Amino acid sequence: MFADFDKKELTGLAFLLFLGISTPYLFSGYRIQMAELFLFMVYASTWNIQGGKMGYNTFGNIVFFGVGMYVCASTQIAVAFPLGEWTAAGGYKTFVHTPQQYFLGIPLGILLAGIVPAIIALIIGSALLVLRGHYFAIGTLGLGIASGEFATSLEIIGGGQGMTVPFWPKVAGLPHAFLGGGVNFFFTLSFLLFLAVFFFLRWLYKTRFGLILTAIRDNEDKAESMGIPTMHYKVTGWVFSAFFMGIAGGIFGNINGYIEPTEVAFAGATVGVFMVLMTILGGKGTLWGPIIGAFIFQLFKEFFWTYFLGWQLVALGALIIGIIIFFPEGIMGMLRQKYPALFGEVVDEEARLAQVTINTDD
Amino acid sequence: MTKILEVTDVSKAYGGVKANEDISLSIDQGSIVGLIGPNGSGKTTLFNSIVGAHPIDKGSIKFNNEELSTLTVDQISRRGLLRTFQQTKIYGQMTCMMNMKISKKLTGKFSDMFQTIPKEVEEEAEQILSFVGLYQKRNLRAGELSFGQQKLLELAMALINAPKMLILDEPTAGINPTLINGIVDRLIKVNKKYNITLFVIEHNMRVIMNLAQKIYCMAYGRILAEGKPEEIKNDKKVIDAYLGAAH
Amino acid sequence: MILLQAPFLNLQALLDGLMVGAIFAFVAYGMALVWGVMNIINIVQGEFVILGGYITFTFYKMGLSPFIGIPFSFLLLFCLGFLIYRTIIFRVVSRDMFISILATFGISIVVQQLMNIGFGSQVETANSGLGTSFLFDGNITLSHIKIFSFIVCLLGASAVIYFMKTSKLGRAIRATAQNARAARILGVDTEKVYCYTYAINAAICGLAGSLVAMTYTLHPYIGLPYTVRSFMIVIVAGLGNFPAVLASGLGLGTIEEFSAYTLGQEYRIGFVFLMLVLILVYRSRKLAKKREYLK
Repeated sequence: MFADFDKKELTGLAFLLFLGISTPYLFSGYRIQMAELFLFMVYASTWNIQGGKMGYNTFGNIVFFGVGMYVCASTQIAVAFPLGEWTAAGGYKTFVHTPQQYFLGIPLGILLAGIVPAIIALIIGSALLVLRGHYFAIGTLGLGIASGEFATSLEIIGGGQGMTVPFWPKVAGLPHAFLGGGVNFFFTLSFLLFLAVFFFLRWLYKTRFGLILTAIRDNEDKAESMGIPTMHYKVTGWVFSAFFMGIAGGIFGNINGYIEPTEVAFAGATVGVFMVLMTILGGKGTLWGPIIGAFIFQLFKEFFWTYFLGWQLVALGALIIGIIIFFPEGIMGMLRQKYPALFGEVVDEEARLAQVTINTDD
Repeated sequence: MTKILEVTDVSKAYGGVKANEDISLSIDQGSIVGLIGPNGSGKTTLFNSIVGAHPIDKGSIKFNNEELSTLTVDQISRRGLLRTFQQTKIYGQMTCMMNMKISKKLTGKFSDMFQTIPKEVEEEAEQILSFVGLYQKRNLRAGELSFGQQKLLELAMALINAPKMLILDEPTAGINPTLINGIVDRLIKVNKKYNITLFVIEHNMRVIMNLAQKIYCMAYGRILAEGKPEEIKNDKKVIDAYLGAAH
Repeated sequence: MILLQAPFLNLQALLDGLMVGAIFAFVAYGMALVWGVMNIINIVQGEFVILGGYITFTFYKMGLSPFIGIPFSFLLLFCLGFLIYRTIIFRVVSRDMFISILATFGISIVVQQLMNIGFGSQVETANSGLGTSFLFDGNITLSHIKIFSFIVCLLGASAVIYFMKTSKLGRAIRATAQNARAARILGVDTEKVYCYTYAINAAICGLAGSLVAMTYTLHPYIGLPYTVRSFMIVIVAGLGNFPAVLASGLGLGTIEEFSAYTLGQEYRIGFVFLMLVLILVYRSRKLAKKREYLK
């Protein structure tokens, strides 16, 4: 599997591995930002399956993120205490998990955080993926926001106040000491999730599945008339995104410590937009584009949030506009224009120049 | 001779216009059949009806004795009935080779989705690309091919999908005369060598008279005449339709 | 169900629905204009409305009658629309629609945040001082400002339609909407047409916003629901005619009011977005039967 990596990929991967392994020791002040970074890479990479590869721009993947977050936390809580009481009585301040309960809750929670959104994607997929283009975009936007509103009304998960996540158990001599405490643990989880997503997508894009996603993007009608059962591919792709986004949500909920329906879980205005932006910035439709985009975006974000506090969202909006207008192909897109050979393409300059393009802008 | 396609009393109306009215025709397996008629006579509508691009108002369409009118486009394509488009459809952002690789017919198993495309498919693609004369361009982005080359690519993509019958909508439209001969030769080879039945819409009379064994002529949404090329050429109704005599 | 037992509640919901629906329809008409002429879905539509509302509200806060704010909201938003077109929108007009959706989305975030910084995040309203009527022994409340805004919306829409039919610019806009390239060949300056269309839409939003400020409430973050409502109305009514837009707008307003009465006000926004999804899925299902899809 490592045999077909080229030099540039190996360098990039080595760099990310370095970051992942060394952060708890060398960059311990930035563990949360690094965890966020790897999660960003997951958000962007999974969005890319629909948005970049398949051409279905979705604002709805945040639904899977939010559902995963709530499912994970609820499972972690529910293995020990009734959920409704937890949320009503102030969470971890009132109820304390024993280490056994905590470490049972986590793998169970993470697992369900992946499975439940995947099932949701399976169910709503065939209804929503009939929509195309901007109808799909706006329809999924509506779904994302409606989910947040719906979550705000559910008292058992805390309603508008949200809920807290179980706290890392303070018992010496247990895994706690070994893993360096809660932050290290969840940082490592986000790093591992990223690696899983990376290798999974790297494999997936080389199979027929990856090619057909691009075919759907280029000419969905043609794909259908060539006998491809496009809906199967569309839904399966969404199920994959849902699975990984759900787990990402579960991990993030634990890192954040508390979950709030519209700002943290179904954060359409932040995470939901970030995932689109990062992918476009790095380059839609490629494996490394979202990763590069996430990296650069995280740098921007930390910069804005530190120096423009209060105005950071204004700066974010301006960034969106700037990228869209001046940089829509993203970094990978720019590279592809300049060095097509890197992408296995041959450009016949004569043929390209001979093409007469009629400006169709009506 | 078995009939591979049987169309019976098919009608289709679009917003008040009767694009197809009581169309009945049949095509023998292994033959080449032409469909001619002036613009607006409903030829493409009929093709669209056959391949399932829209539902029909009434009638029946049987392919290898199976009713098609209730099936979707991809279901029909998987049964071996493929079409090419008047406005050529290919995957513009992908290379020709990739266009070919994803056009290979699937076995229908779920695991097909995740298969790494085997070497044999690539070899077969190269073979077919050579056949249509696009081997040199195999790593070029399909969108950058010339108009005629795209038509050939579309044909190649159909071939690697191993259809039993191919419906071609104006395969020589807009092509320069030298390339037209090349396309006609290849179509004849495709029919003889691969035993693919062809149903062709054409406006180029020279081409269709040489290519087809049987020709249907449509006008105003109906079948006007059918017969061998010689008969059709001299059929007064056909001549009138093209020259616009009173209906 | 409570509604069936309370005819007055029904009537109240109906009246409130019609009156808010007129505003929805007016704003939707502006969105349809921009969509039809330049093929852009203006995500910042709702923020334009709220901004127009804040402008009128500012006059109220200064102690003046908010009615004075109406022409200012209209004109200032016209200028803002003009400015935004000339700086940003013109660059995305000829490109992929998703690009324009993202670009206008970015603008909406900027405007939203600036409003948050400038006007604060508390809910505001501008009291018009017009008073209320009570009918049927006080069972039905009819605030006069709502009647006023209903009339203004209809008049405003009629004015825009009249402008479209009679003025030179209006005819140029309609020609461009039908076929931009042909219009250009015939000498129409399509850039100018796009610019003025966008500005007129912004002005429409501004005017609607000033009415919203007086009849309902303002908050920096309630722009998006207005955008979504306009989008829904345009999908249902199509880009062509105002009567359809009006009917859909009134219908939407009424449905919203009834849902607010039955489910509670706090579910109103969620309900709006859920309806969006349902409408889209329903429309596409209907088209799928004909083996087509929403374009």
